[in-house]
Amino acid sequence: MEHVAYLARLGLSEEELTRLEGQLNHILDQYRVLAELDTERIPPTAQTIELENILREDVPMPSLPSDEVLSNAPERAGDVFVVPAIIGGAGE
Amino acid sequence: MVACETSLMNVAEASPLVKYEAVIGIECHVQLRTASKMFCPCSTDFQDDPPNSHTCPVCLGLPGALPVINRVAVEHVLATALALGAEIPEYTRWDRKNYFYPDLPKGYQISQYDLPLSARGRLEFDTSDGQVSVAITRAHLEEDTARLVHEVDSNGKRVSRVDFNRSGVPLMEIVTEPDLRTAEQARRYAEELRMLLMTIGASDAELENGQMRVEANVSLRPWGQEAFGTRVEVKNMNSFRSVERAIGFEIERQARAIDAGERLLQETRGWDDDRGATYTMRSKEYSQDYRYFPEPDLPPLRTDDAWLEGIRARMPELPAARRRRYVEELGLSAYDAAVLVADLDATRLFEAALTADEALPAKRVANWVTGEYLRLAKVAGGEGTVPGPGGGDRNGIGGGGGDGEAAGQPPVSPRELARLVRLVEDGAISGTNAKQVFERHFATREGVDAIVAELGLRQISDVSALEAAVDEVLEANPAAVADVRAGKTQAVGFLTGQVMKATRGQANAAIVQRLFRDRLGA
Repeated sequence: MEHVAYLARLGLSEEELTRLEGQLNHILDQYRVLAELDTERIPPTAQTIELENILREDVPMPSLPSDEVLSNAPERAGDVFVVPAIIGGAGE
Repeated sequence: MVACETSLMNVAEASPLVKYEAVIGIECHVQLRTASKMFCPCSTDFQDDPPNSHTCPVCLGLPGALPVINRVAVEHVLATALALGAEIPEYTRWDRKNYFYPDLPKGYQISQYDLPLSARGRLEFDTSDGQVSVAITRAHLEEDTARLVHEVDSNGKRVSRVDFNRSGVPLMEIVTEPDLRTAEQARRYAEELRMLLMTIGASDAELENGQMRVEANVSLRPWGQEAFGTRVEVKNMNSFRSVERAIGFEIERQARAIDAGERLLQETRGWDDDRGATYTMRSKEYSQDYRYFPEPDLPPLRTDDAWLEGIRARMPELPAARRRRYVEELGLSAYDAAVLVADLDATRLFEAALTADEALPAKRVANWVTGEYLRLAKVAGGEGTVPGPGGGDRNGIGGGGGDGEAAGQPPVSPRELARLVRLVEDGAISGTNAKQVFERHFATREGVDAIVAELGLRQISDVSALEAAVDEVLEANPAAVADVRAGKTQAVGFLTGQVMKATRGQANAAIVQRLFRDRLGA
C-alpha cells in the first residue's frame, strides 16, 4: 500500500493507509470475480473507439509565445523553468 | 618454448577476456529526422533558438492537450525495421510509461511496451576479428524528454533549469540482444547502425550532440558458464571512441572486482571521458516500477503491405549492399569500399563523379575520394563536410521524393573531380600537379580546367615538343650523359629531372625518360 502511494507521490497518514487498504482489497476482490469469466477467445481490448491510424503530416506550425509558455511557471529565469533539483530520479 | 609460455602469461594478465566472457547488449536512442515533433506540430529545428520557444500545450504536458501521431516518424521506424530485416507486426499500440521527473511534465512518457513497431531484426558488420551479426530485439517509437540543466542558484539552492524544446521530439529506441562480446564489437555496431540510419534518412545520428545516445549493458561470466553475471548499465558515452573505451574500462573493472571477491552492484554508471573511468550514477537496487498501461489518447496503428511497400520502394541502397556492389561490380578493394561507404559525402561524390564520366575506371575515382578528398575534408573540419543538422534540409525518406540521402553541397564538385581524373588518365596533367589542382578546387570550387590553365599545369606529352627540351639538357649535361653511357642508368633520372625543371613540371616524365633512354641506348 505504501509503495503504491509512493509511486503516485501521495503522502498518506497511517489512518488513511488502513482505510484505503481495505478499499483497495475490495476492488481486487471484484477483479477476482471478473477473472472467473472465460475470456480465452476475446482479444485484449485497450480502446473502445474504433479508430486506427490517425496520423498527421509532418508539417511544423507556430508554437506558443514564450511568455504564455512560462506564464504558469512556479519560478523562471529568463526563458527557462526553474524547479527544485531532483537527483537520482527516473528518466531516460 | 619458454618465451612462448611467458607471453601467454602476459596475455592472461593483460586481458580479462582470457578468463571471462563479456556479455554486452546495446540500447540506442535516436532522434528521428522530422520537421515537427512526435505528437504536436512544434518545429524540431530549435538548435539556435532560445529555450522553450518551440513548445505548445501537447509537449508541455498541459491538461487536456491531445497528441496526434507524426506519420514521418512512424515511417522512419518502419524503414529502419525493413533495413534491419525485422518483423513488423500488423498491429501496434502506444503505452504510458509512468514516472515523476521534471523532464516529463505529463508524469508519463508515451512509448511502446508489449506491441512495438518492430522486433527481431539483425545487423551485420565487420570487426578486426571477423564479421559479427547482432540480433536486434526491438525498435520502437517514443517521445524525447525536456532538457535539464542542474545547477546551484544565487541563494545556494540546488535547482534544475528546464527547457522543453526537446520535449516531444520523436525518439526511436533500438535494443540488441546481449550478443556482443568485446568493446570493439560494441563500437562497430554503433557505427554501423548510425551509417544505416543516416543512409535511409531516419536520423542525423550525431553522438556528440545527443541525436544518438548509446547505452551499454555489460556483464562478465567465466567462460563456459551459462548464467549471466551482474549487469551494469553504462551511459554518457558521447563518441564512438568513448563507447569502446567505456566498455573496455567496465570489463576490466568488473574482472578486477570479481577476482578480488567483491560483490558487483547492479547499477547505472556514467562514463567520465576526461578521467577515463566509469562512476556510479544510481543504484538499481530498487527496480523502477513504470506501471505501463495502454495510452487511451492514441488510437492503435495498423500497418499493411501497401504502406510498407511504398516505404521499401523509397529506400536507398543500404551500406552492406553498397559495399558488396563496390567490390563485386566496380572492382574496389574491400577496404576502399568500407572507407567510401562509411562517409555519406564521400559516397555521394564517388557515385556522382562516376555518373559524370562513366568511362572512368572506378578504382581511380575511389582513390581520389578515399585519399585526397577525405584527407582535405578531415582537415577542413572533422567528419561533417555537409552543412550540419539544422542546415535547412530535413528531407528524410517520408519527406517526399529523394532517395533518402538528403544532399548537402559538398566542397568538391563531382563533375570537376571526374574532369580531373580524366585529365590524369589521358596524361594531360601529372599526378602530382593534379593533387595541387584538387586542393585548389577544394578550397575555392573553381573549375579544374580553369585552374590547370591558370597555373599552366597542362602536361606536355607531345613528343616533338619535348624533344627540343631533351636535346638542350643532353647538351648542357655531358657528365651525366657520359655516366649513362658508362652504364650508370640512374643518371637518366637526373636528366629527366632537368627537363621537368625546365618545363616547370609540365613535361610528361614517363615520355621524357623514354626519350632519354632511346637517345642514349640505356
